[in-house]
Amino acid sequence: MVVSMDFLRPASLAEALELKAANPDAVPIAGGTDVMVELNFDKRRPAALLDLGRVPELATWRAENGRVRLGATVPYTRIVDELGDVLPGLAMAARTVGSPQIRNRAGVGGNLGSASPAGDAHPPLLATGADVEVASTRGTRTVPIGEFFLGPKRSALAADELVTAVLVPVAAGPQQFAKVGTRNAMVIAVCSFGLALDTTRRTVGTGIGSAGPVPLRAAAAEDFAAEVLPWDEPAANTLTDDTAKEFGELVAAAARPIDDVRGSAAYRRHALAVLARRTLRWAWQDVSGR
Amino acid sequence: MSRATTESLTATGGGRVGDSPQRPDGNLKVRGEFAYSSDLWHEDMLWGATLRSPHPHARIRGLDVGPALAVPGVYAVLTHSDVPGENLYGLEHPDQPVLAGDVVRYQGEPVAIVAADHPETARRAAARVRVDYEVLEPVTDAETALRADAPVLHPTNPDGNLVRHVRIRHGDPAPAADVVVSGEYTVGMQDQAFLGPESGLAVPAEDGGVDLYVATQWLHADQRQVARALGLPAERVRLHLAGVGGAFGAREDLSMQVHACMLALRTGKPVKIVYGREESFFGHVHRHPAVLRYEHGATRDGDLVYVRAEMILDGGAYASTTAAVTGNAATLGAGPYRVPNVHVDCYGVYTNNPPCGAMRGFGAVQACFAYESQMDKLAAALGMSEVDVRVRNAVEQGSVMPTGQVVDSAAPVAELLALVRDRPMPPAPSAPYDLRELPGGVSNTTHGEGVVRGVGYGVGVKNVGFSEGFDDYSTARVRLEVVGGEPVASVHTAAAEVGQGLVTLKAQIARTELGVERVVILPPDTSVGSAGSSSASRQSYVTGGAVRAACEEVRAAVLARAGAGAGLAGGKVVSAGGDVLADLVEVLGGEPVERTVEWRHRPTEALDPSTGKGFAHVQYAFAAHRAVVDVDVELGLVRVVELACAQDVGRAMNPDAVLGQIQGGSAQGLGLAVMEEIQVVDGVVRNPSFTDYLIPTVLDMPTMPIDVLEYADPHAPYGLRGVGEPPTLSSTPAIVAAIRAATGRALTRAPVRPEHIVG
Ligand SMILES: Cc1cc2nc3c(=O)[nH]c(=O)nc-3n(C[C@H](O)[C@H](O)[C@H](O)COP(=O)(O)OP(=O)(O)OC[C@H]3O[C@@H](n4cnc5c(N)ncnc54)[C@H](O)[C@@H]3O)c2cc1C
Repeated sequence: MVVSMDFLRPASLAEALELKAANPDAVPIAGGTDVMVELNFDKRRPAALLDLGRVPELATWRAENGRVRLGATVPYTRIVDELGDVLPGLAMAARTVGSPQIRNRAGVGGNLGSASPAGDAHPPLLATGADVEVASTRGTRTVPIGEFFLGPKRSALAADELVTAVLVPVAAGPQQFAKVGTRNAMVIAVCSFGLALDTTRRTVGTGIGSAGPVPLRAAAAEDFAAEVLPWDEPAANTLTDDTAKEFGELVAAAARPIDDVRGSAAYRRHALAVLARRTLRWAWQDVSGR
Repeated sequence: MSRATTESLTATGGGRVGDSPQRPDGNLKVRGEFAYSSDLWHEDMLWGATLRSPHPHARIRGLDVGPALAVPGVYAVLTHSDVPGENLYGLEHPDQPVLAGDVVRYQGEPVAIVAADHPETARRAAARVRVDYEVLEPVTDAETALRADAPVLHPTNPDGNLVRHVRIRHGDPAPAADVVVSGEYTVGMQDQAFLGPESGLAVPAEDGGVDLYVATQWLHADQRQVARALGLPAERVRLHLAGVGGAFGAREDLSMQVHACMLALRTGKPVKIVYGREESFFGHVHRHPAVLRYEHGATRDGDLVYVRAEMILDGGAYASTTAAVTGNAATLGAGPYRVPNVHVDCYGVYTNNPPCGAMRGFGAVQACFAYESQMDKLAAALGMSEVDVRVRNAVEQGSVMPTGQVVDSAAPVAELLALVRDRPMPPAPSAPYDLRELPGGVSNTTHGEGVVRGVGYGVGVKNVGFSEGFDDYSTARVRLEVVGGEPVASVHTAAAEVGQGLVTLKAQIARTELGVERVVILPPDTSVGSAGSSSASRQSYVTGGAVRAACEEVRAAVLARAGAGAGLAGGKVVSAGGDVLADLVEVLGGEPVERTVEWRHRPTEALDPSTGKGFAHVQYAFAAHRAVVDVDVELGLVRVVELACAQDVGRAMNPDAVLGQIQGGSAQGLGLAVMEEIQVVDGVVRNPSFTDYLIPTVLDMPTMPIDVLEYADPHAPYGLRGVGEPPTLSSTPAIVAAIRAATGRALTRAPVRPEHIVG
C-alpha cells in the first residue's frame, strides 16, 4: 500500500532537464518549503521527486545586459544579502518571506513553481517587468512575468519544463515592497504591493499580491502615475496628496480580492490603497533624495 | 514580604526552594534531543490512524470496513462495536463516545481506527472505510441551542442542550446606581497550540492488560476512563508519562489513548498513534468561545454598586470540563473587585461546534476580557483614570467575593496595578525607524505613518486548584537511602511534567526538607497514587504539598531512628541549633526510609445552586498588566511595544520558572488579543493549521518588565500561590484596551482583527 517515491538527484542542468523530460510527473524540489508541507499534509504523493539542490547552474546569479539573471534556487537569504542594491524591490520582498530558516532554503524558482497568488516574489517581479526563463530538453524560452500566472497555483510551465532563472531589470529608480499580515513576522500575505519607478524612462511598475486569483498589475495606476508624477521637479513635496490618493484608489480598483480566513475583500482593497499611497510616497522621497 | 524584579530573579544555582536550578530537560529541548511522546518506538510496533467525520452533525446509516481491511499491511480496523467496555468517556460526566455510534456531533469526531505496519498505510486504509452519513443540520449558535425548539444533541441530558447554568445572587436584587455602563463582548475560540501533537504507544501485556506511554496532563484520569472503555480493571491499564510537548489544558481530555489500547489489545502488538498537525486541531478541546453581556453600576464617586452579567459559553459537541469552566466564569465574573450586589447567569451549552474544555485560564479568561472592558467604560463614564477606578474598588484581604467567600490571604490588587502603572513608559518610535519596532514589522507597511500609541490596563483573578468541593489531592512517595556511600532521596509522583518545571521543583523541595544534594525524580506513572491534573495552576501547591509532607514523614522517621536531632542538613542530622549530631549515611545504613503520603488542600464547598454561595475556591491569584501598543490606525496593524506585568506568587519557589510562566501566560493572552482564533463556520473549522492559526512570534512578543510579589499565603505550602494562569487573563484586556485608546474604536471582540480597527 505504501507507494515508494523515487528521489532523482541530477548533478547538472542538462541532466535535470533529461530527467524531467523522461519523468514529466516528477515534482521538482528546490528548498522544499512548499513541497514538503504538501507531502507532510498528504496533499500530494508524487511518483518521483526531482531534487534541484545539486544543480549548480540554478544556484547562481549574475548581471547580464542590464538585467540580473537570478538562478531559480538562489535562496532568499542571498537575495537579501547580495542583491539589495540592484534588485531592491525583490530583496525587500525576500526579507518578508517566512522566517530565517525558510529564507535560507527557499527561493524564487519555488515561489513561481507554486504560483500562489500570495507568493511574495511575484509583486516585485511584476513591478519590474521581469521575464521567467524556462527550459526543457526542447530548448529554452522566456515568459514575460505577466503571462506566467494562469490561475491560483497554475502557471505557464509545461510538464517537461523547469524554471531556470528570472531575468530582472536592474533597478532604474526607487523600488518598494510592502505586505500586510496579521502578525509582525512569518505570515502569509493578506495582501501585498510592489512598486518600481524607472526615473530614466519615467515609468511606474506595480504588482499586487494576494488580492486576486493571480498576482496582478495595476495598469491604470501605472499609467496615471507615470503621467502625473512631476519627474522634472523631483522634490518630496511635489507629490501631492491627491496624486498619492488617486494612485492608491486605482491600485485598489485593480485588485480582485475575495473574503477568506486571512481577511475580507473589503479590507484587502482598503489596505492596498494605503500601501500604494505610502509606497509611492517613499519611492518619490528616494527620487528626490538623488 | 520580599519583592523581586526581573534582574534579581535570575538563576542563583543551588537547588533548594527559592533557587533556580537548571532544568534537566532544558538543554535537551533546546537542542532538539528531548524524547517526546511522538518519538516513542517499539520493536515490531504497528501504527494507528483515525478516520474522522467530515460533518459537524450527521447520522451514521452504515459503516463498511471491508475495503480498509483488504489493504495489505492492515492488521485491524475497529469501530464503535469493537469497544470492549463502555463506549463513553468524559472528564466530568461520560457523554463522549470512544468511536461514534449512530451519530456524529462535530467535525473531526473519530469514527473508525486502523492499525497497520506503516503510518501511511494506516491513514490510507482509514480513508477507505465507507461511512454512509445522513447529513443533519448542525446547531452552531449557543444561544439558538438553548431555545426550546432547537434539536437536542444529547437526548439523555435532562436539560436539553444546557450543560450547566450557574447563578450568582449576591446582595440587593434590584440595586440602583448613579452611573451605569453596559456592553456585549465576544471571545473567539482559542487553541492551546502546543507544539507536540497528541501521541502515545500502547503495549499489550501478558496479563491481558496494557501499558500505555502517553503525553497527558493527568495519568489517573486517563487510566480511569481508558479502563472503563476497555472493560478492564484499572490495575491492568498502566499509564506511563511520555515526553510532553506542552499542554495548556488540551491534554486533559482523552485523544488517542483508548484507540491505541484497543488496537494493541486486538492485534497483540504495540501500537503507536501520532496525530498530524492538522489532525491535532481536531484532536483536543479548545477555549470556549463566549458571548458576555454586562452591566456595571457605580456611584458618582466611582464605587461599584452592582454587576449584572449574562454569559454564554459554547461547549461544543461534548461536555468535557464545560461545567467547571462555567463555574469559574460565574464565580469570578465580577473580577477582583468589591461589589456589594452581583447577579450572574452563566450558561455552558452543547452545540455541534468543536468541543471546548480546559485551556489556561479556564473560564476566567473570557470573564476577565468582559469585566475589564467594562471597568474602562466605567472609568470613561466617570471621568476617572482606568487605574484609579480599579484601585478604588480592588479586593483586598478580608473582602467578600460574590459567592460570599472571604478572601483570606493576601490580595494586593491595588499594589499590582500601581506597580505596572508606575513603570517608566517605553520611548515612542522615532526616525530613523527600525522596521521591527513598528506595526507590521519587516513587512514594511509603515515608516511611522498612521501610527498611534495607546496604553491599557488589565487585572484579573483566577482560582488555584480544583474548586466547588472537588476532592483535590496528590500523592508522593519519597525514599531516602544510601547509594554509593551518599544519601540519596528519590521522589515518585504521578504528576505530569508538561513543561512547567515541576521536575525541578520536586527536587528542590526534597533537598530543602531532607538536607541532601542528590535527588532522583522517578518517571511519573500509575504505580503511585494520583497527583491530580497538571492544570488549574495547582501542581506546585498540591503535588508540592504532597512531596513536602512525604519528606516530613521521612525526616521524622530518620530522626526517630537517630534518637536525636531536630532536622537534616548537609547530609547530617542536626540539632535545633544546627550542631551536627550524626551522619545521615550512618543513621540510614542499609535500611532505606520510604513514605507515601496522600495530601489534600483544605476542602472547598459546592455552590448553592440557587444563589451561587459557597467557599468554592481554595486560593485566589492575581496579576495585573499594562500594555503599551503602537497601532497603524489606517491598516489596523498592531505592535505590542511593552507588556508590563505584576503578580503576587506568595513564594517564588523557582524564580526563573515563575518568570517563564508569567512571560508564557502573557504571550498566550497577547495571542488571544490580536491574532489567535479557530475560525468555525457552520460547524466547520476553516484554519486547522499553523499557516492560518497564527500564534505570536518572537517579533510579536515585546519585552516584559515583571514585578513579582511574595506575600505568603498561610494556608499553602511554603506560602506559595499558583502562578501559571493569572497572567493569561489580564494581558488580553490590557492589550485590547490599549488598542481602543489608540484608535477610539469600541472593540468588543477578542481577537481584534485589522478589519475591526479600520472599520
Ligand atoms: C513556514 C513557512 C513560511 C512561509 N512564508 C512564506 C512567505 O512569507 N511568503 C511566501 O511567498 N511564501 C512563503 N512560504 C512558502 C514557500 O517558502 C515559498 O513559496 C518558497 O518560495 C518556495 O520555495 P522552495 O525553494 O522551498 O520551493 P519548493 O517547495 O522546493 O517548490 C515549490 C514548488 O515549485 C516547484 N519548483 C521548485 N523549483 C522549481 C523549478 N526550478 N522549476 C519548476 N518548478 C519548480 C516545486 O515542484 C513545487 O511545486 C512559506 C512556507 C513555509 C513552510
